[in-house]
Amino acid sequence: MTTQDSPVTEDELHAYVDGELPVDRKEAVAAWLTAHPAEAATVAAWRAQAEAIAARYGAVAGEPVPERLKLDQIMRQGRPRRSLAALAAVAAIVAFVVGGAAGWMARGASAAAPSSSGSITADALEAHKLYVVEVRHPVEVPGSERAHMTAWLSKRLGYAQRIPDLQSIGLKLVGGRLLPGPTGAAALYMYEGPSGERFTLYCAKAAEPESALRFKAGRQFAAFTWIDDKAGYVVSGPDNRDRLEKVTKKIYEQVDKSGARKS
Amino acid sequence: MATFQQKVEAAIPALRRYARALTRDADIADDLVQDTLVRALRSEHLFQGEEIRSWLYTILTNLNRNRLRSLARRPMLTSLEDNDAPDLAGPEAGGRDIERALALLVEEQRAALLLVVLEGLSYREVAEVQGVPIGTVMSRLARARVQIKTYLEGGRPALRRVK
Repeated sequence: MTTQDSPVTEDELHAYVDGELPVDRKEAVAAWLTAHPAEAATVAAWRAQAEAIAARYGAVAGEPVPERLKLDQIMRQGRPRRSLAALAAVAAIVAFVVGGAAGWMARGASAAAPSSSGSITADALEAHKLYVVEVRHPVEVPGSERAHMTAWLSKRLGYAQRIPDLQSIGLKLVGGRLLPGPTGAAALYMYEGPSGERFTLYCAKAAEPESALRFKAGRQFAAFTWIDDKAGYVVSGPDNRDRLEKVTKKIYEQVDKSGARKS
Repeated sequence: MATFQQKVEAAIPALRRYARALTRDADIADDLVQDTLVRALRSEHLFQGEEIRSWLYTILTNLNRNRLRSLARRPMLTSLEDNDAPDLAGPEAGGRDIERALALLVEEQRAALLLVVLEGLSYREVAEVQGVPIGTVMSRLARARVQIKTYLEGGRPALRRVK
């Protein structure tokens, strides 16, 4: 009995298509297929699938690599600590990444960014939208009780909260509230400018240890999101990227340098 | 001898191709690649010197799985595109192309198939990427191929075709 006569299993047919068979067995399967047209047709169909996949997606590897995926660009983000200059550079780049006029909000969270940063952004924008319009009860704890709020929310979120001070850019802390987040509790801090414009900082534990800084523009609101040391931060505000970027930088500077680390 | 970074850099075009086919969305795909690269650069010290490409595919595959998990917790926000993709209406509905066929597969099957046929990984490498025995890789591959074949031939997925 030669190898040619031994029965051919379906596993072997796959291995044959994928070039995983040893040479002698490969020849045996090829010979066997000439006598088994139905199986030969199946093998041909599998090959056609592979060709269709290659035809559909193969060319992606030949496209020029976008700037944001170049290694020097990614390294310039200077992890784990990104410098402010790098933050600005990254922000300028990521701003063009999504932005779509079609409206990111309309796409829903399912089309959001990978890891959990997209989901955190969606949660934060929902909260932002819901609470910034509140006149009488925008927050649970007023900004005047900052110390109490810091202690309370640090306890509920399970890591030290550092509530940024944005007075230097004309934003007063309205206060904060506790929210359900993607993986437990989340905190929402609200800030208000002299003309009534409101910004929120959303903090929640993230599933991912960290992410790049991302900008998302919706119809009305926009957000910057980043994850650092498993803590997610989303700064949301009116859809004015320059202004939002300034606010984000100010916040980033304080939460990052504060050692607001998960214990 | 190429440095770690040079090797990672060289893998970026293939990672983009894999991510594009895996997600079928150019923006999401590049976000995934970006997160993969960030993580790879940070984890250089964890890299044990095995095949760097497989390691990068592993990171990307895991990140995508996390992404899908976090989406699964948000059933209310399923996008229109997602509902549209698996066209189960019948052969006359048209658009039975490979992209739609891939969209029908469960994630593990899609990843296994793409790693083999698009990225040219060996069964052993795919087993490492997916963290499963080779036999599991092969059954994923087999199920993926049956599903795609059935779909492209106009049948309903996951049902035996009846003449």
